[in-house]
Amino acid sequence: MSRQQGASLTQDAWIRLRSNRMALVSIILLGFVIAFSFIGPLFCEYQYDEQNLDEQFLGPSKEHWFGTDSLGRDLFARTSYGGRISLAVGLLATSVSLLIGVTYGMVAGYVGGKTDAFLMRIVDILYSLPFTIFVILLMVLFGRNFLLLFLAIGAVEWLTMARITRAQTLNLKRAEFIESARALGFSHARILFHHILPNLLGPIIVYATLTVPAVMLLEAALSFLGLGVQAPMASWGSLIKEGAEKMDIAPWLILFPGLFFCLSLFCLNFIGDGLRDALDPKSSKD
Amino acid sequence: MHFIRKKSFQLACCLLAFGFLGSCTAPSNVEKAIEDQILHFGLGAEPQHLDPHLATSVAAHNILSALLEGLVGEDPRTLKPVPGVAERWDISEDKKTYTFYLRKNAKWHNGDAVTAPDFVYSFKRILTPSLGAQYASMLHVLKNAKTYHSGKKAWEEANVGVQAIDDLTLELVLENQTPYFLELLNHYSWFPVHPPTIEKFEAFEKMGTPWTKPANFVGNGPFSLWEHRINSVIEVRANRHYWDANLTQLSGIRFYPIETSDTEERAFRTGFLHVTQSVSSDRIEYLQNKHPEWIHFEPYLGTYYYRFNVKVPPFDDLRVRKALSLSVNRKLLVEKVLKGGQLPAYCFTPPDTGGFTAGDGFGYDPVQAKKLLDSYLKDNGLAKLPPIELNYNTSEAHKKVAEALQAMWKTALGIEIQLLNMEWKVFLSTISKGDYSLARAGWIGDYVDANTFLHLWRSNDGNNLTGWSNKEYDLALTQAEQSLNPRERFTHFQKCEDLLASEMPILPLYFYVHVSLRHPSVQGWHPTLLDHHPYKHVYLKGEVAK
Amino acid sequence: MKNFFTSRLLQAIPTLFVIATLTFFMTRFAPGGPFDSDKAIPEEIKIKLQSHFGLNLPLFDQYLLYMKNLLAGDLGPSFKYVGWEVSELIQIAFPVSLSLGVSALFIALLIGLPAGMVAALRKNTWWDYLPMGIAMVGICLPSFVLGPILIMVFATELRLLPALGWYSWTDLILPSLTLGLFYAAYVARLTRAGMLETLRQDYVRTARAKGASPGRVLLKHAIRGGLLPVVTYLGPAFAGLVSGSFIIESIFFIPGLGKFFVTAAFNRDYTVVLGTVLFYATLIIILNLLVDFLQAWLDPKAREQR
Repeated sequence: MSRQQGASLTQDAWIRLRSNRMALVSIILLGFVIAFSFIGPLFCEYQYDEQNLDEQFLGPSKEHWFGTDSLGRDLFARTSYGGRISLAVGLLATSVSLLIGVTYGMVAGYVGGKTDAFLMRIVDILYSLPFTIFVILLMVLFGRNFLLLFLAIGAVEWLTMARITRAQTLNLKRAEFIESARALGFSHARILFHHILPNLLGPIIVYATLTVPAVMLLEAALSFLGLGVQAPMASWGSLIKEGAEKMDIAPWLILFPGLFFCLSLFCLNFIGDGLRDALDPKSSKD
Repeated sequence: MHFIRKKSFQLACCLLAFGFLGSCTAPSNVEKAIEDQILHFGLGAEPQHLDPHLATSVAAHNILSALLEGLVGEDPRTLKPVPGVAERWDISEDKKTYTFYLRKNAKWHNGDAVTAPDFVYSFKRILTPSLGAQYASMLHVLKNAKTYHSGKKAWEEANVGVQAIDDLTLELVLENQTPYFLELLNHYSWFPVHPPTIEKFEAFEKMGTPWTKPANFVGNGPFSLWEHRINSVIEVRANRHYWDANLTQLSGIRFYPIETSDTEERAFRTGFLHVTQSVSSDRIEYLQNKHPEWIHFEPYLGTYYYRFNVKVPPFDDLRVRKALSLSVNRKLLVEKVLKGGQLPAYCFTPPDTGGFTAGDGFGYDPVQAKKLLDSYLKDNGLAKLPPIELNYNTSEAHKKVAEALQAMWKTALGIEIQLLNMEWKVFLSTISKGDYSLARAGWIGDYVDANTFLHLWRSNDGNNLTGWSNKEYDLALTQAEQSLNPRERFTHFQKCEDLLASEMPILPLYFYVHVSLRHPSVQGWHPTLLDHHPYKHVYLKGEVAK
Repeated sequence: MKNFFTSRLLQAIPTLFVIATLTFFMTRFAPGGPFDSDKAIPEEIKIKLQSHFGLNLPLFDQYLLYMKNLLAGDLGPSFKYVGWEVSELIQIAFPVSLSLGVSALFIALLIGLPAGMVAALRKNTWWDYLPMGIAMVGICLPSFVLGPILIMVFATELRLLPALGWYSWTDLILPSLTLGLFYAAYVARLTRAGMLETLRQDYVRTARAKGASPGRVLLKHAIRGGLLPVVTYLGPAFAGLVSGSFIIESIFFIPGLGKFFVTAAFNRDYTVVLGTVLFYATLIIILNLLVDFLQAWLDPKAREQR
């Protein structure tokens, strides 16, 4: 696999992905979820924070498609709003972790030697730090801003990304085409970004797709602790938490956000799997 | 493949056996309790201290009232002072000297007699400055106690108003006439500690010693400390040395520090607990309909309110404060959001506190509120108010109230409120630094007298934190403290309330109602304003219906 | 082998040192202190409290004092649970989390390994889709949803199991199930992937070509390969399990380490926070060591590199 056939590898991958039925279905479903979160509110006459204390705990009906919550807020509006928040947190945190992790891992793997050992030692140390404290501290120091929620999460997720990138970079470093690039006198930076990075894309994309659901789960856990989004904002995590407490009184409160949440995670995982199978040149067709 | 089928077959067998085993379940705590008379009590939180001179929480009180007894006890229905360690007392003509006659058969858990010198030792301990007791100020009603506590004079010099006339006679002299003095004695800060135990662990002026561990704790109450597993259970068992042991029917109490109301409710429904500490407001309606025999609503001596920071715009202007207060539909809040039968608060002191009921200081008047706000905006050349931050500590209940008020203010006044949910410690630190604009607060009375509420707004009270100061208020309060005539006192209290209403440094919202689940088999448990339930009157009886 | 162990252990020491320092300063920079309370404390009392715990010293002095005690093995007293030492608290809470973690792990392996193996062997049939589908659901369902559902069914409605607590052996079942199912899902997926990978390997094909029976192939080669990714995953997974799933412990009212830890953070109980962080870190280091060792043992290729 020493010939760099960028174009046809991608086509090859795409063909493989297309034949993976679960992945395709997942892409479609995910698209539907995203559409629901971003376009859905256009169809709904209620705002996500509109309270109506006379309409508490109503089940799904013509007026309120998904029912209402303890303060009479429409669940359809809140679920789609929560979707925007959760997906945004997932995407943004993953992007942050990608940015930090990939750069870090690439540098560590490429430079190698003592620098590599040192950088990886830092990663090992950070792995043992208590996540909760770190996030509490961040939320508390800068914290009145939900945007920093994803920064905090992303700042922890990058560790695994760094490890994977480094491992891949180490492998690639030894490949012939890299050596010839060095021989041709290309600068390190150019080699990193033009030669190594494109070959990392496969595992990066796969890992990113699988990180988003992990991040979303993490955000849900933070909501459970009261560290997530602030009221009256809602994320699927906070909605599920509220709903879980009232499962026997108002099951729709957990049903709808839970359904969308699990569905998104589900799809992302299958897409990630599909991408991994598609992009991994070693996997044969059996 | 053979072995796969075998595996699933094995799995099926396991499940079947499991199900069989499970169906022969053990009886629940509540079912067993009819026989073993053990009360299972939801504590709500792990107490920080079991040392009565260091404790500060409701959780601590619930346990300490089982382990210790003070000079007086409480009537289980009215909470009025009844004989405790003291079997009777005399009050002097000038109402400043109380002489307590201790009963001969009052004993510590190890058989030692409880004596007057024990009380002197205990009061000295809590007032000793180097101990760092947070509730030492409760004893400042004693003559010269404050002088000793501030460290200005040594005990011998200070001549604090507590003296053991003999082993069974204790004389207490007060700084001023204090009409609610006997009620004060119910508080755990007045409980005695066993001097030999304290001395053994060198705990007289040191906190954090192991004297409060079960192996070491010596109390004088109906129960002794049996087991303490942090975050798991605290068990106390009936002690035969207690002078009234014959009356005590419970053989023991297990306290469970369960922090979330949902988990508590689950525990209750599976027969694990007899009594819960709280009920989630969302589930009140459901429980009322399905299980009215479980749920109890009891007036609780506390006020839920918001603090204004009167030093910071826009709350430095009375009109804005009033506008916010008048535009809150408190009735809607308690009926639709809280649903626990709480009472809307139009003054600060809860009704019938020691006989005092303040008149309504204001009402619900959104029209007037808007006028006031507009007047302010006009005078300051503003089109609308900049967004206001509302701080509250993380809790579902506080969040709901805050969200409801946020919506009310938006609708009535067009102002934008930004909700700032803070973790407890951060919240406390922020408020005490004055680094807030509008913040949620709550105050539970320590004893049944309006003073415990109104003293907060004294100019230099450490709990004020609003920046509000009013000399007239301070004067009226002092007059109430020193007068003995109830009617006169109430007049002074009313004056205080009137000032609070006209100056509005705080926004009273509602008076607490203690909502809890209680199993019908619990007897001898009566609703009281302080949620005190003397355990020696409690017992378990009856059929346990599923 | 010996070099491997000693070098790793030596590396552990500076790691722990850095972690202790980092955590120490992080917790101190968070606003709020252990003695902030809702009933105002007079200034003099607050000073007393702080000096009792040495909090009135300059920050750096406190740090040095803490490190000095640490080297002697003293983790200090808790600020919140007055009268209890941090090491005492960890001693009480850790076994709880450990038993919960071990049981959950046991369930995870019991369900996950066979499911993954079956799915790999019967790839692309219902034996594959169904377990993997359920596994996927397991990964996507947060524990604070699954837990209350299980409690509602088994405890409240059916009265088969206790709803909470940690007092008798039956208390273990629901929490370990809730915790374990999540990990079972991962284990199943990893086992399947690992086995598929291994079954494709040349040396397996060789064994088959040589005429080895399918059973023998399975046992000797494929399982080892299937276990490899699981083992890699297990190390950190177990550490995570054991340091406490705060959520599980909160829902089921279990006095475990996770709960202690998060409560301490909220309470600014500095010593407990530091103590548990260091404990957790040490645990992870040891576990990673074991995992690397197991990995080397299972993977013939990796063994050569050692």
